[in-house]
Amino acid sequence: MSELAHAGVAELGRLLRQRRVSAVELARLQLARIERHRDLNAFLDVRPEVTLAQARAADERRARGEDGALLGVPIAHKDIFVTRDWASTASSRILQGYMSPFDATVVENLARAGMVCLGKLNCDEFAMGSSNENSAYGNVLNPWDKAAVPGGSSGGSSAVVAARLAPVATATDTGGSIREPAAFTGITGTKPTYGRPSRWGMIAFASSLDTAGLMTQSAEDCALVFNEMLGFDPKDSTSLDAPREDFTRHLDDPVNGLRIGVPKEFFGEGLKPDVERAVRSALAEYEKLGARLVDISLPNAELGIPVYYVVAPAEASSNLARFDGVRYGHRAASYDDLIDMMKKSRSEGFGPEPKRRILIGTYVLSHGYYDAYFIKAMQVRRLIAEDFRRAFGQCDVIASPVTTSVAFGFGEKTTDPVAMYLADLYTVPGSLAGVPSMSIPCGFGERGRPVGLQLMADHMQEARMLGVAHRYQRATDWHCRLPEGF
Amino acid sequence: MALTEDDVTRIAHLARIEISAADRRAMLAQLNDIFAMIEKMQRIDTTGVAPMAHPLGGQQRLREDRVTETDARERNMRNAPLAEDGLFLVPRVVE
Repeated sequence: MSELAHAGVAELGRLLRQRRVSAVELARLQLARIERHRDLNAFLDVRPEVTLAQARAADERRARGEDGALLGVPIAHKDIFVTRDWASTASSRILQGYMSPFDATVVENLARAGMVCLGKLNCDEFAMGSSNENSAYGNVLNPWDKAAVPGGSSGGSSAVVAARLAPVATATDTGGSIREPAAFTGITGTKPTYGRPSRWGMIAFASSLDTAGLMTQSAEDCALVFNEMLGFDPKDSTSLDAPREDFTRHLDDPVNGLRIGVPKEFFGEGLKPDVERAVRSALAEYEKLGARLVDISLPNAELGIPVYYVVAPAEASSNLARFDGVRYGHRAASYDDLIDMMKKSRSEGFGPEPKRRILIGTYVLSHGYYDAYFIKAMQVRRLIAEDFRRAFGQCDVIASPVTTSVAFGFGEKTTDPVAMYLADLYTVPGSLAGVPSMSIPCGFGERGRPVGLQLMADHMQEARMLGVAHRYQRATDWHCRLPEGF
Repeated sequence: MALTEDDVTRIAHLARIEISAADRRAMLAQLNDIFAMIEKMQRIDTTGVAPMAHPLGGQQRLREDRVTETDARERNMRNAPLAEDGLFLVPRVVE
């Protein structure tokens, strides 16, 4: 049975079509594995009876003659997406036990395609963090090395796909929250163009950056699920009204003649030699496949972190103002008046990182500082985006490391917020520009911990980017490596 | 430019967050570290650069003004900490 548990989306789709396995069998198999590996602390809410009901419904659809590529394939959702049938908490105490009256559009789209939900996944509180250590519900362990963080904020999503407890998991990326955990756990993590996935029902952190994406075993699996997940949603005011497309259509494009931009700013001081070695050999592999490396420059990329830590907290302070203990969420047990009720409820409900970011955001938006910080950051954001536009005139995709180091240990950065923020040095610029980007496994570094290669493409070019990743995965087997014990 | 403890008290009140006197000092040190890092962007000349609020420069769409939602008051109020007769209860605000 272990081979079945290790199969990816494409393979499971084939097996289901050939009636060699049923959705119910797959759901039972993975629910049992989830139970067995509870020590990872990746799931926050598992309800086998709901999962099995969804699986039975998928099998009935199949019996009636439906034939979708995802019908009956299991998935798990990051606890940033609201769901009617599982609690939706954003890993925060302030939303403990919250039952959403509706499903997020992403959840709904995938359910319509017949995917079977295994439960909700741990993450950093309100998706704020790079190690999953900010969850109100405890740390998630990295399946490769239980002393290492699984990355964040989508740490539950990365851990379950690395441990093969689910063939695919949804995730969200605001500054690197898909790519960094994917790199730390040796899986494929993909963030599409900002605006392609609906934000409806995604608990808001920073609305001009929040982008839903996927953790999968391969680029091919990601393309298959994107086909059902992405699309225009009138309920999201920044949703892109673009025609539907087949994200698998460039998977078999040859790499021959492809121009890969290599930004010198992403190979500078701070990049650890083990990561650089793995990334350079991935680039050499692409050259062997016929691609050409082009030196490019993203001169303002190094300002990504300063800009991000103005823009994202500003938007967060506004988005998180809705948690006031009035309509939903935690309310303090005793208080004097309305303001005291809100203050106590928020102070008890939010953990330290959301509080920090709410304070930063409130400050940069406050009278006298708005121009110096918020407007300035939005101006530099444009300069960063223009760097990307210029770069994509010289190359088809950009390749770089995802992180400066392999996964770090628990507690290594928790007392120093700035050191933690710098974990997203190479991922934040692409987020600010809104371009599609992904991490694919490209080897192992210190202590046998995985290394990720980042690929970035111009707006709306995710199909091409997935093709570039797929060609590498056809030529190498890093994405097939499994941590021991799973 | 460095923040002071008074700044922390002021913005915490604006954000409706309570910070104990003991935590205030640690928070102040962390915020000052973060702002020291943020200051790096000040060295870039951005004269004449239009602020970028949305990665694809999109305009906010407006929808047709018609009823699209059905009444779901009961379902929507299921998570209310304190409610009565379809109303959210809060401490008295008008004397």
